Amino acid sequence: MTVPGPSPTTAPEEPPLPTVVDGPADTPVRPPARRNELLYFALRNPKVVGAMVVIVGLAVLGIVGPMLADHGPNEYAGPTMQPPSAEFWFGTTMFGQDVWVQFVAGLRSTFLVGILGSVVAGAVGMTVGFVAGFRGGWVDELLNMLTNVVLVIPGFVVLIVINMYLGVRSVPMQALYIGLFSWPWVARAVRAQTLSLRAREFVDLARLSGVPTRTIIVREVAPNMYSYLFMTFVLLFGGAILTAASLDFIGLGPTNAVSLGLMMNQAVQWSALHLGMWWWFIPPGLGITLLVGALYIMNVGLDEVFNPKLREM
Amino acid sequence: MSLRVDDLAVHYRTTRGDVKALDGVTFEIADGEIMGVAGESGCGKTTLGKALIRLEHRMKHVRGTVTLDGRTLPIADDHAMNAYRYDKVSLIPQYAMSAMNPTRKIGRMIRELVTSRGVAYESVQPELERRLRLVGLDEGVLARYPIELSGGMKQRVVMVLATLLDPSLLIGDEVTSALDVTSQKAVARALVEFRDREFVRSVVVVTHDISVLYQMADTILVMYAGRLAEKASATTVIDRPLHPYTKMLVGALPKVGERYDHARLSGIVGRPPSLLDPPTGCRFRERCPLAMAKCQEQPEFREVAPGHQVACWAVA
Amino acid sequence: MLELVDVHKVYRVGTFGTGTVHAVRGVTFDVQPGEVVSLIGESGSGKSTIGRMVLRLVTATSGSIRFEGADVVSLRHRGLREYYRHAQGVFQDPFSSYNPIFKVDRTFETLRRSYFPRVTGAQWSERVDEAVHSVGLVPSEVLGKFPHQLSGGQLQRLLIARALLLDLRLLVADEIISMLDASTRIDVLNLLGDLKARGLGILFVTHDLSLGNYVSDKVVILYQGRVVERGVTAAVFADPKHPYTRTLLASVPQLDRRWEEVEADEALRTAALGDRCLYHEQVDDEHGLGLVEIEPGHFVGCFRMAADDPCPGARVTVAR
Repeated sequence: MTVPGPSPTTAPEEPPLPTVVDGPADTPVRPPARRNELLYFALRNPKVVGAMVVIVGLAVLGIVGPMLADHGPNEYAGPTMQPPSAEFWFGTTMFGQDVWVQFVAGLRSTFLVGILGSVVAGAVGMTVGFVAGFRGGWVDELLNMLTNVVLVIPGFVVLIVINMYLGVRSVPMQALYIGLFSWPWVARAVRAQTLSLRAREFVDLARLSGVPTRTIIVREVAPNMYSYLFMTFVLLFGGAILTAASLDFIGLGPTNAVSLGLMMNQAVQWSALHLGMWWWFIPPGLGITLLVGALYIMNVGLDEVFNPKLREM
Repeated sequence: MSLRVDDLAVHYRTTRGDVKALDGVTFEIADGEIMGVAGESGCGKTTLGKALIRLEHRMKHVRGTVTLDGRTLPIADDHAMNAYRYDKVSLIPQYAMSAMNPTRKIGRMIRELVTSRGVAYESVQPELERRLRLVGLDEGVLARYPIELSGGMKQRVVMVLATLLDPSLLIGDEVTSALDVTSQKAVARALVEFRDREFVRSVVVVTHDISVLYQMADTILVMYAGRLAEKASATTVIDRPLHPYTKMLVGALPKVGERYDHARLSGIVGRPPSLLDPPTGCRFRERCPLAMAKCQEQPEFREVAPGHQVACWAVA
Repeated sequence: MLELVDVHKVYRVGTFGTGTVHAVRGVTFDVQPGEVVSLIGESGSGKSTIGRMVLRLVTATSGSIRFEGADVVSLRHRGLREYYRHAQGVFQDPFSSYNPIFKVDRTFETLRRSYFPRVTGAQWSERVDEAVHSVGLVPSEVLGKFPHQLSGGQLQRLLIARALLLDLRLLVADEIISMLDASTRIDVLNLLGDLKARGLGILFVTHDLSLGNYVSDKVVILYQGRVVERGVTAAVFADPKHPYTRTLLASVPQLDRRWEEVEADEALRTAALGDRCLYHEQVDDEHGLGLVEIEPGHFVGCFRMAADDPCPGARVTVAR
């Protein structure tokens, strides 16, 4: 809702540095399609490429690894407390379970939780944020109230309570719970960005071009926020993984499933640190770190791809 | 007070090289003079204003000196300049009125500022109130938050604040730009009055609006692409400019009474050169109707008539 | 062609929308084809709000806005789209008017999708080139670039080119040159003059009187949402009747007269005029909200319209 404010004259455009006049050397009269252009730049950005390698690598491990294993992650496959060897790449646990198989199975469920959780949280948060930011008025007020209520509820505590009393313990359900409690900050952030973009004159011009509201959100406003939205997913992904790992760590994880967090939980329970069984807790910890770290680095790279101004620097 | 700037050059560091924003300017300001610095975007006027008081981290002092009252200002040394700032040289930066801390009442903000300079607030308070009244504000302003004041009022508060310690030189960067016409007049007048009452000795007014300068400044310095084009008294620059750029610039200003159907004005074709890699010689030559072969060589900024300096080969 | 009659706009502000701001109060004027009408006022005068109401970006609270006889305020969907075929706008900040992550061509594309879905790529390219030429730009220099690679003047002209791709009859230019350099301003203004010559009607919103004077045929002076004076530019500027118009003119930094001279003249005039209010000499209206025609085409409002206390001229009936 716009309140009439002063419309002052500002000094003429004063770019801090003179803008470079010439565009790319081969300026065609008709520009290439945007999607191709993004891909072109994305594939040439070292951060994006490097991070993708790590993420895809871990994903492949998570998908393919368990399929290639001869035994399940919780089976007693070999001698107990063995350090890494040619037979057991990551050694064995206190009970003789194959740490490598646990690791790749854990990766799989970690990815699953991350994706599901971030999709749920992202979908809810973005819808609430865009609608509240664009519509304004009482819709905005209502959604804000909802956001604040969910934000204030101590999500982790509720998750613990739900877990303990409802006892529904599967990876998708865990992802759902996590998603339903992580969206408020997304809604807030998206709403703030939408509010500022809505006031920009290109939105007015889109209206003057006969473009309907929902199309304006999707075609004009959201693309300005692509890198922001992606970063949101990254943070949600990472957050979901970490929350899931925390839940698993305190023993409230999915029963009969394997996850990286559960591995660390068991490692601590069975004093792996004291016993010097580094191969039991370092792989899962490193796995989580690598995954989330790679996501963040990729996001920085993508910011450069999406924002033409950063590109020229 | 007297200010003398000698061959001052300040460049901006960027990832693509050095932008030669200010490339060798020389001029003087006499005691009690209000000098306007006019030009369009990218001409270097804001850089000049800033260079006299504080070089930002991206700016580097390449050569040249600034002498205030016979003493060289250590503009390249941020720490040493601190002794001069606010006491001797004061600045009203662009968008100053929007930059006041919104969570502080005006009075408290001023108190904190003068205290940080080692001056007791109580000792300046009577003078502060007197000056506020002078610009048409009442002391109640001190008890209000910035958001409660209009643009013109805020700008006047900033002016009083910037001159509270009676600096020798005041630099105003676009002080009238974001204001309504009536507020603009009030602020411009207040500046002149401050100079008349010797709250400041000399003033440098940086702006893109030449017509305001005509009303308030004694002399006008016209800049183009990092260099000086012309300097003369305000009346001379408007009525009898010599530099082609100045002529075209003044010619592009519609005066009240001029109509499109009767006397069609024209702008200046083209754009200023990129300062990353500026052309050799006179930087205006690509857009200048009088350009000749000699313009490949940078013309000297020299006096062609008493108090009138121009950098142009076409001017005898 | 465009007619506004007694248009009001009230905004609700504050917590729970309890406060109100009466941004536009009973504004009446019209724009004919081939005519530039300037809306002149300072901040808070409501001029931009009026421009936006004409473009239906803001809904008028009451009053009528008619375009070629048809009501604009109640238009929906298809009616609105048709309206936009003939009425377009250009705004103040050229860098905010383009989506920064796309090339400038996209503005044309958006228009094409909405209004010319059946035009082929080649035909469209031609039309765009022609429109770009007609605003004084070279297509190869400006198309295919990002907004930050072009200057403000080029961007504004491209927006005018965009509007010209349609069957434009009315252009609302809201402070389109206030953010441009002096040397490019005049080019854009001349362009507006050319468009006027082609038969377009232009509503030129500005705070700058000299610009308003340069290009407009009629002028509407606004103060806090009300029209205080309107008429043919030459008449209003040569002999402004309303005190507010006179204050505005006296504050404009001119290049041939100093403020002191103007003030001296003003002082003489107000001394001669005394307490007369031209509005109340003709209308016995205590509130003084309307305008009177003091000479053909030149309207003036109550001299104290801006103040809260009623005009001293009120309740004085002049025998004619």
